[in-house]
Amino acid sequence: MTTAAEIVFDHVTKRYAGRDAPALHELSLEIPAGTFCILVGPSGGGKTTALKMVNRLIPFDSGDIRIDGRSVRDIPPVELRRGIGYVIQQIGLFPHMTVGENVATVPRLLGWDRGRLRSRTTELLELVGLEAADARRYPAQLSGGQRQRVGLARALAADPPLLLMDEPFGALDPLTRLRLQTELRKLHREVGKTVIFVTHDVDEAIQMGDRIAILREGGVLAQYDTPDAILAHPADAFVAAFIGEDRALRRLALRTLADVDLAPAAGAPAGPTVPPSTTVRNAVSLMLETGEERVTVADGDRVLGVFRLSDAGALL
Amino acid sequence: MRGHWGDTLGPALVQHVELTAIAVGIGFALAFPLSLLAHRFRRTEHPIGVVSALLYTIPSLALFQILVPFTGITWTTVEIALVSYTLVILFPNIVAGLRAAPDEVLEAARGMGLTRLQVLTRVELPLAVPAIVGGLRIAVVSTISIGTIAAFLLPKGLGYPIFLALKEPTPFKTEIYSAGVLSVALALVCDAALVLLRRALVPWARRAA
Repeated sequence: MTTAAEIVFDHVTKRYAGRDAPALHELSLEIPAGTFCILVGPSGGGKTTALKMVNRLIPFDSGDIRIDGRSVRDIPPVELRRGIGYVIQQIGLFPHMTVGENVATVPRLLGWDRGRLRSRTTELLELVGLEAADARRYPAQLSGGQRQRVGLARALAADPPLLLMDEPFGALDPLTRLRLQTELRKLHREVGKTVIFVTHDVDEAIQMGDRIAILREGGVLAQYDTPDAILAHPADAFVAAFIGEDRALRRLALRTLADVDLAPAAGAPAGPTVPPSTTVRNAVSLMLETGEERVTVADGDRVLGVFRLSDAGALL
Repeated sequence: MRGHWGDTLGPALVQHVELTAIAVGIGFALAFPLSLLAHRFRRTEHPIGVVSALLYTIPSLALFQILVPFTGITWTTVEIALVSYTLVILFPNIVAGLRAAPDEVLEAARGMGLTRLQVLTRVELPLAVPAIVGGLRIAVVSTISIGTIAAFLLPKGLGYPIFLALKEPTPFKTEIYSAGVLSVALALVCDAALVLLRRALVPWARRAA
């Protein structure tokens, strides 16, 4: 399961009749194969429009979109869509089909035999954190979080090289959303497909993205880079305002104490003791709260080193 | 009573079932393609709806009178009137059923690569079954009821024993009651059968969390 596609947007423009501002203005983006790319921005920024152009649910006026070098205009829409996983906010599971039948939808369209369908369904349900027995249940019997897991399994069923996700966790409660975000990142590391993920939540974008594309109103690309680079050097006032005034702290939240160089521990442990999985930001927060200038980083009984408040500044 | 059954009520019941089955069968055969058309081409829905509603407002006896010069005093006249009534009932129900699929389900289906025909056959039609069966229930029950008026034209159906009995100088009440009770019983049995049919066809509705 390591097929991944490279996606290129080439000066894509879309105008709706009767409106002054274009929905998308000359959008150009290169998404390398296997990247988790997030489209983020305020409403009206054109991010969902851009996403739906990739599988031709929305036509574009000019420019081009290429998947592995092939223009989407050259592929018949139905064939194109069967090769792309599509996950939407309201999920859209077929209520009259069981979970298993839902997941097997695209493979069935592609003519897989029953044995292969069954084993693939079981494999996918376990991959997204459900049980094989859930295949016999109906969507109405599942919770929101479970339904979205089925939606994800359904999108991955035919092993497409590209996944399009349109605010998939928007309708879920914060706890479920957090859990699914973490699991999706883990899944992406395992499965390695190219993902284009739309959200209006800048925190979600920073947490999840390999690359983030910020689209401002009028469908103009404001900045496209890694989360750390955007936080360190916002391209303009709009991006700076969008990502928030606490961007320095957010950069610190991207790294854990396991990733940074620690000073050697000298003598008895100084300050509070924390595990290496603690983010730098949380360590700073703890130091400010307790008035200590350092924390000891320990993995169980093994002391790994010491992290000082002044070290945090040096990271930025 | 047993004598009446052999001579009058038994055959009347059978004729009535025939009458209803033909009317609903033809009505459905006409309403279904019209509904698909109205679903596909939204603009045709209103004209079709208006024409069938017009037909429905014409009282059945009057409709018989209008048809008799053209089709005579025959089975056909009665059936034409009954079919037009079932059409009026079935058409809006089937169209509403086809619209029952939620938008996000249709978007997901389309985005996954189902062709338009596949969206219709694999998503919209299965989800339309409850509304279609609902329409059939109403159509069957009303046809059984309106069908008793056929007796004014032809000596057939469960209306006939009632009609005959009323013509006697002293109306023979047992005839009227038995024919009436039979019509009601027929309607109830058909309704129950359709409910069972729907339950068989719609397993997902029974198991909500």
